Amino acid sequence: MNGRHGHDGSGFRHRHQGGKDEYVVALAGNANVGKSATFNQLTGVDQEIGNWPGKTVERAEGLLQHRGQRIRVIDLPGIYSITALSTEEQVSREFIAHDHPDVVVNIVDASALERNLFFTLQLTELESPMILSVNQMDLAAQKGISIDTRKLSALLGIPVIPTIAIQGKGIAELSDAIVSAVQNRPKPHTIPYGKEVEDCIRKILQLMPAGTGDYPPRWTAIKLLEGDPDTVWEVKKQAPEVVAAAQACALELEKIHGEPAGTVLSGERYHAAERIVSEVLEIKTPGDQEISLTERIDRLALHPVLGYVLLVLTLGGLLVWTFMIGAWISEILTAYLSSIAPVEPLIRGSAHDILFNGAWTGFVAAITLIIPYVIPFYLFLTLIENSGFLTRFSLMLDRGMHIMGLHGKAIIPLVLGFGCTVPACLSCRIIESPKQKFLAAFLVTLVPCSARTIVILGIVAAFVNIWWALALYLFDFTLIVILGRIAFRVLPGESVGMIMEMPDYHVPHLPSVLGQTWQRTKSLIWIVLPAYIVGSIAITAAYAVGFLEPINAALAPVTVLLLGLPMMTGVVFVFGIIRKEMTILALAALFGTTVFSTIMTPVQLVVFALVILLYMPCISAVLALAKEFGWRRALSVTVFETALAIATGAVAFRALSLVM
Amino acid sequence: MASEQLEEYLESILDIEEKDGVAKTSAIAKCLKVAPASVTEALQTLADKGFVHYEPYKGAYLTDQGREMARKVKRRHRLLEVFLSDVLHINGENVHDEACRMEHTLSDETECALCKMLNAPARCPHGSLIEACDRDVESCSACLKDTKPPSACTRDEPLMPVTALRPGQKGTIAFIRGDSSVVQRLTDLGLTLKTDIQLVRKAPLLGPVEIAVRKTRLAIDHAIADHIFVTAPVEKAG
Repeated sequence: MNGRHGHDGSGFRHRHQGGKDEYVVALAGNANVGKSATFNQLTGVDQEIGNWPGKTVERAEGLLQHRGQRIRVIDLPGIYSITALSTEEQVSREFIAHDHPDVVVNIVDASALERNLFFTLQLTELESPMILSVNQMDLAAQKGISIDTRKLSALLGIPVIPTIAIQGKGIAELSDAIVSAVQNRPKPHTIPYGKEVEDCIRKILQLMPAGTGDYPPRWTAIKLLEGDPDTVWEVKKQAPEVVAAAQACALELEKIHGEPAGTVLSGERYHAAERIVSEVLEIKTPGDQEISLTERIDRLALHPVLGYVLLVLTLGGLLVWTFMIGAWISEILTAYLSSIAPVEPLIRGSAHDILFNGAWTGFVAAITLIIPYVIPFYLFLTLIENSGFLTRFSLMLDRGMHIMGLHGKAIIPLVLGFGCTVPACLSCRIIESPKQKFLAAFLVTLVPCSARTIVILGIVAAFVNIWWALALYLFDFTLIVILGRIAFRVLPGESVGMIMEMPDYHVPHLPSVLGQTWQRTKSLIWIVLPAYIVGSIAITAAYAVGFLEPINAALAPVTVLLLGLPMMTGVVFVFGIIRKEMTILALAALFGTTVFSTIMTPVQLVVFALVILLYMPCISAVLALAKEFGWRRALSVTVFETALAIATGAVAFRALSLVM
Repeated sequence: MASEQLEEYLESILDIEEKDGVAKTSAIAKCLKVAPASVTEALQTLADKGFVHYEPYKGAYLTDQGREMARKVKRRHRLLEVFLSDVLHINGENVHDEACRMEHTLSDETECALCKMLNAPARCPHGSLIEACDRDVESCSACLKDTKPPSACTRDEPLMPVTALRPGQKGTIAFIRGDSSVVQRLTDLGLTLKTDIQLVRKAPLLGPVEIAVRKTRLAIDHAIADHIFVTAPVEKAG
């Protein structure tokens, strides 16, 4: 019940049927306003990451139990506007309009009320029952800002609750408000626009037949004026004359204001927000005089020289920390797990024994190879993210990203890619333009994820030397820049520049950081464990049955002739498709040794690692790509990268044989 | 003094002023490849016409009238460069010289038509910023969509792009260049007309600029920020 996977959208719509009387509350708001903190406070740590029907947008879902009520809380993605420019915006707006949550809790940042109210005003147009939670009251107070929440409540017509979510202050009041709001269903007032705009809206509403579209009529009229493509298309099917009238109105507005109607409406919304703010907000101290902590840190973090030093140290530190802590945890876990049952691949004996041994080996490999490395990685990364440093790195790297047709925000998926390609691919949706989104995901598949790093360290660093391992990294980074540059030129579509809010720095809130780290790790465990266990069973079983020889023979022209590797590696590459670090496992199992220098020459080891690094993304990553971009693009990436790996490997084998 | 020659002088004084603060006679001579004596003579004429303040041996700086004139010519020059290189595909080396000869004969009407046809470009092929036009409009869409003829009246105050502000300097948004999608994106983030903004810092090498608006901070790609024009309280260069 609690934390149920939200795979089918119908689960929301019919929740009141079948005797299950569970209310649904949606949390909405800009990014960086303390939405996750509020969510955690309301629901406890019990939460799940689910998928939206049809689209892959992560969102958290949890249960609020308060005064005998069970209320399901959905955390919508952090967005600035609901003009449906991005997937996240569209998904949020569809959820509120179609799934009819009982209450929408809009969380706003007290210290940036004006900008946040712009979004609030858009939400009120969806005419759902609403509560406003004014969060970060403490930060606002530090800046000398005080807000008359009672007056704000009167102006908007909905309950307004001041909170400091990180400290849990105001959460009880917010829970009370939610419980009573699911019954009373407080509808916000309509905030009127200027006279010309209101005239237009009235004109469109008069023409519009009842039941046009799924949205409230006033919202539909406003969206028609703005020329929102989805709404125009929807209404055109039912009442084309309304669309024509709306277009005429929009043209009229444009003539009066000298700007497109959409801009006029946004401007008017900001004017309304300004008006409200001027009535409810008071600034006491001349806070501007003093240099804020954020400004002080920014002088270092955004310094043209020191900023880059800090950036390199932090990102370098992230990787060093990951592999030092990871190796340590891995060692402890391996020692513990081998004391339970031996981790030796079994190829003779009863079928039952072989299968059990395969499953156990796969389980141990998953627990000791991946988990120890991703936990410290995600922990450190979440700290950088939550404190506000990651946005500074985005700003500093923006110019450099232009080389690959990307902008600063793409640093987030690229850095995530060092952990695991799958969540990194999914995180590409923070990038607005479809072209750049795909470009970023393509490059992410080339970033050495923890699995590939383990192969490089376990094969090249351990048995050749560390310099060849670093050379492989350097080669990979160079390749990413070059391929990024080429793909940027070749791919159709346009690149747009970055516009990003710069949040104030704050000390990371530990429970949120731990919660987020666990969420990221947990979603990965679900991908890794089954693949490992099934893969490992398959490899041992196939070996025992004698399936491997034909596969090796079939791949021999590539592995032996082109790449100069032992014939047995053919099947290793096949298993690497499941998880790349399983190739180490497979090598050890097939050759019966973990001292790889006895089975391959240094050249062969480097070539082997190079091909593992570049050839097709693992099966989970291909699935993630297909989910986000469709099978055609996912398969093109797969084929391209496999060809690239073979070509590079063949050249490397011949070149390295001369020097090594 | 022919108007063509006059405009050339104003342009190079603007360039040198932006670089050195004041335009010395020798620097102007070098820039225009003429004898220093003829520069002195020309500066005297320009001063008489009220385009520059000129002090012998020290150099010249532009009056408001002169600056406006110089910027107008610069704008035409760079628009022409975009036209020559992007539309006519003239050899890159010749673009500058061609534009130099054409800029003096361009009428307001042709300039406006050129700007419309080129979709209100932000930068010339060499990467220099193209100034906003001096027509009293609030965004380009009025011109681009041709819903009304470009307003004939001109602005009272000169505009400058946000990227030309110095860190800490404040301004009020007066005009956003570009098609409606750019304008919409910026408007949604609170960058509406007549909003006060402050430039916080500029990243090196034409990286993003950080601006403060409505009590929050935004990092904006340099090329997008070039589209945001503000009126700023006049500060004496120095």
